[in-house]
Amino acid sequence: MHPALARLAERLARVPALGAAELEAEHVAVLGRKSGELTALLKSLATLPLEDRKAVGAEANRLRADFEAAFERRKAALAAEAGRAAWRGVDLTMPGRGRWTGSRHPVTLVLDEVTAIFRGLGFVRATGPEAESEWLNFLALNFPADHPAMDMHDTLYLGGDAGPEGRMLLRTHTSPVQVRVLREGALPVRVIIPGTVYRKDPFDASHAPVFTQVEGLAVDEGISFVDLKATLAHFARALFGGDTAVRFRPSYFPFTEPSAEMDVSCRICGGNGCAACKGSGWMEILGCGMVHPTVLANCGIDPERYTGFAFGMGPERIAMNRFGIPDIRQLYDGDMRFLGQFG
Amino acid sequence: MNLSRRWLEAFLRRPLDPQETAARLAMLGAPVDAIEPVAAELRAVVVGMVEDVRPHPNADRLRLCLVNDGGPERRHVVCGAANVQAGVRYPFARVGTTLPGGLVLERRKIRGEVSEGMLCSARELGLGDDHEGILPLDTDAPPGTPLTRVLAVDDDRFVVDVTPNRPDLLCHKGVARELAAATGDALRLPELPGAPELPLGSPRREGAEARVDGVRVAIEDPETCPRFTAAVLRGVKVGPSPAWLRRRLEAVGQRSINNVVDATNWVLLELNRPMHAFDLARLAGPELVVRRARPGESIVTLDGQRRALDPAMAVVADARGAQAVGGVMGGQESEVGEATTDIFLECAWWLPARIRATRRALGLATEASYRFERGVDPTNGAEAVRRCAELVLATGGGEVREEIIDLWPQPTHPPRIFLRPARVARVLGVEVPWPRIEEYLVRLGCTVVFKPEDGRMAVDVPGWRPDLREEVDLVEEVARLHGYGSLPDELRPFRVGERRDDPAEVADDRIRDGLVAQGLREARMLPLVAAGAGDVSVHNPLSADHAALRRDLVGGLARAVEHNWSAHVRDVRLFEIGTAFAPGTDDRPREDRRVAGVLTGTREPAHWTDAGPAPDADLWVLRGVFEAAVALAQPGATVQVATDASDRWVAVRLDGSRAGWAGPVAADRPPWAAPLYGFEVAIDPAPRGPVSYQPLPDTPAVERDLALVLPDGVLAAQVVAALRRGAGRLLEAIEIVDEYRGAGLPPGGRSVAFRLRFRAAGRTLRDAEVDPAVQRSLAAVREEVPGVSLRAT
Ligand SMILES: [Zn+2]
Repeated sequence: MHPALARLAERLARVPALGAAELEAEHVAVLGRKSGELTALLKSLATLPLEDRKAVGAEANRLRADFEAAFERRKAALAAEAGRAAWRGVDLTMPGRGRWTGSRHPVTLVLDEVTAIFRGLGFVRATGPEAESEWLNFLALNFPADHPAMDMHDTLYLGGDAGPEGRMLLRTHTSPVQVRVLREGALPVRVIIPGTVYRKDPFDASHAPVFTQVEGLAVDEGISFVDLKATLAHFARALFGGDTAVRFRPSYFPFTEPSAEMDVSCRICGGNGCAACKGSGWMEILGCGMVHPTVLANCGIDPERYTGFAFGMGPERIAMNRFGIPDIRQLYDGDMRFLGQFG
Repeated sequence: MNLSRRWLEAFLRRPLDPQETAARLAMLGAPVDAIEPVAAELRAVVVGMVEDVRPHPNADRLRLCLVNDGGPERRHVVCGAANVQAGVRYPFARVGTTLPGGLVLERRKIRGEVSEGMLCSARELGLGDDHEGILPLDTDAPPGTPLTRVLAVDDDRFVVDVTPNRPDLLCHKGVARELAAATGDALRLPELPGAPELPLGSPRREGAEARVDGVRVAIEDPETCPRFTAAVLRGVKVGPSPAWLRRRLEAVGQRSINNVVDATNWVLLELNRPMHAFDLARLAGPELVVRRARPGESIVTLDGQRRALDPAMAVVADARGAQAVGGVMGGQESEVGEATTDIFLECAWWLPARIRATRRALGLATEASYRFERGVDPTNGAEAVRRCAELVLATGGGEVREEIIDLWPQPTHPPRIFLRPARVARVLGVEVPWPRIEEYLVRLGCTVVFKPEDGRMAVDVPGWRPDLREEVDLVEEVARLHGYGSLPDELRPFRVGERRDDPAEVADDRIRDGLVAQGLREARMLPLVAAGAGDVSVHNPLSADHAALRRDLVGGLARAVEHNWSAHVRDVRLFEIGTAFAPGTDDRPREDRRVAGVLTGTREPAHWTDAGPAPDADLWVLRGVFEAAVALAQPGATVQVATDASDRWVAVRLDGSRAGWAGPVAADRPPWAAPLYGFEVAIDPAPRGPVSYQPLPDTPAVERDLALVLPDGVLAAQVVAALRRGAGRLLEAIEIVDEYRGAGLPPGGRSVAFRLRFRAAGRTLRDAEVDPAVQRSLAAVREEVPGVSLRAT
């Protein structure tokens, strides 16, 4: 071997022991473009006799590749070592640095989920104002005037005289939006309607004078009670799990007929009966029914040709049920400790 | 509505399982909220057979009895009743039993003799007032049998939730009918113990006026009272009701008054026909006339209140004046009392709307008004009067000398509805064969005539179903009896419309996501607040705290911050998306969709590696969040310094109008809390324009820092604007990186460091291009913002 190459080979063996500064210096000393020993040697090859040139050249090139690899390895090893040094001697059980995290309200979370399920069934969202006329809130929806059905909704009225559509009130349900959507006239309609509603109710553990509703409406030719059942049963299984049992029982809402309540098997006892479901094994989740022909007619839609179904539910109830929240007022406290639990 | 299981069983002539009955009623649309055992406190009392009676050695009036209570041991019982006899069965309460009065029986010595329980009187068991001794039981039941079974007082009270469209379910007959319709059972009126067969012919149909047994009866207001049935009972003895009658009433939670009042209540609970009994001797005329109240007329009702009447109300009046508020409550003057012997029984049909208005005007809701408002059966008045008369006669004797009269000046036919089986299929989604439809409707009491020639059924609905008025009402009945559960629920193809998500909802979602990313938690606060001047007020608030609609959202969030502070939570970061209200130009208030936020406490959670306490969020944190909120809620609006307040930023739309603000928020702040900041921005629901891709730079940027001394009064924004104008096209961005105040600067001045970033597309910038741009920027500043100079380095 060329004596200079032999010397360099010895230096190559020492590369894995070099420190960071030494490594840098050695890199320059060996492979530096201007004054590197190996670089110089490679440049001087031209002066050697041809037979030497071949042998030494091959060896020198191999050595250069080895140096490059060794420098690279050592550099990576030193970097890893430096990284490890920051961890050495530190109490790794100490807590990490936090950031303030935001969260969606539990009622929003339920609305999001409900919306997503119905979006998959072709429904889009619609909204409407919170102050409505008696006509839109009650009469257009087939509530009989001067009838106890009105007492089902304890209504908060706004001041002012009755206009052509009756007195102004705070909507007691999101159903007036059904009328607004249907009056636009474009069919078929498949909407869900989230919104704030008002009742003249005390503010206690299980009542609030203001709460949220999400309502749905589908109107087209050929829609039947079978579609209602299928859609809502699908919804219940999507929201509560595929093993959820569903039952529909007759009920009364002035704006639907036939009307029904949908119960799902109790999530707590699985249907065997417990305190939460008053021993029945069922939990009431939503009211629904076929849109009453009078409602369609009031919206300028021919009830002989078109049929539809509607449903409505309370996200607060679902949130309380789902998260085990005992008092509805907690949803309206703005308590940071509470709000951070659900997102 | 409370229902007695035994009463229902009496209609159906078969036993009912409480749970099964409740489940069936739920599936028929009348959910049972509760099943309450009746006489539960008697369930521990058993039949005791007295096998031996001996005198008490130390007391003349006491006896020593040996009682067989079904157990292996005989019980020694000291008894004070004179009527105790060996070989007779009595109610026996063992040691440990709690009696209805709350007495817990203990083993104790009475005059030196051990007593292990008690033989009970009817009164001690709450079964009557008779305390003339212990209650001998007329039974062969073996000792130890529960007393409730022997006395048939075991019952269950169903608390049924009846919807307002189904007045027929407000009585036992109606619910029994519903159960019978579901199963196809027969239905018969229960027998009354000791009731005589009334020797009466059919009711006497009359017009607007008639006489019955010497009493003149007239309808002067047939619109309010189209039908009025009545009978006169003479020689009645008014007194306590027998046990069977009392027990039934008590089973559904009704207090027994006397046999006549109880008889009317019985009929109300059995047939849903409110009735009224007048003391005939106290009626002037004697006559009863249905008419409107006269101006200034008043009446003392049965509850002892004097009530002013007005002509919008109907009364039943004698020759002197009102004796009852029609359909609501009777009057005290002609109330049946112990001295009453002759009774005028009345059962009328009242116009629901009139009853509702009267009930509201008088603030007087009664069992009667509740039922009339919902609509009672106009066809069974005579049945009700007859039933009531039988009950009175069975419990108080007397006689009915003349037929029941039925005043019905304008007879009407039962409503007829046409039902198309094809429509049933269309609404329900399955074919129900027409014989099935017919069967269901007949079971409900309808009369059905099928007309194959036009494919319709003519259906006459029974009087007890005022809710059945049109075809779809019958479709629901078919579905109900067919069973909602037996309809299929396969998902069938559907069409989707052209409609898109409401942009307001899309905007809400976007803003919510953005503020959650800012580390804010979403709150929902009540939009109802205490009323202030200029607020949209609620006409009939439930409380003064909820008397108006909120005019902003920050106010509610500030209260939430106080709530958190009261729980010693110092770091509060909340936002809300909701509606704020303002008076509108007409009756409809203006509704503004807004987003608001509040923040107080440390900028970020404290960490142990920080030197010193974590800094609190300051106005710059607020500005950052506000800018984010404005970008989310009002794209295109800019954040500017308010011109009318020194501590506010405002969001300004392109047209110059304000869309929001940010600044300090007033609150009741404890000394340890950090300053509170808040913002509120109106939401522009307009859909956002399309976002288009910006190519990534492929050349390096050149940055130049300029430290400029700004004299007092000069704003950074002015300098930035000038720098930007001067720099030209190559300038990409200006960033403010530092501010310095203090030594080496003129008084009131400050040094602000601006970082200018230059870039040219497609080539690397050279100093020869950047330097002149910087010089032009400086020149623009010198020209446009006098007093600004380069800071000497
Ligand atoms: Zn349960």
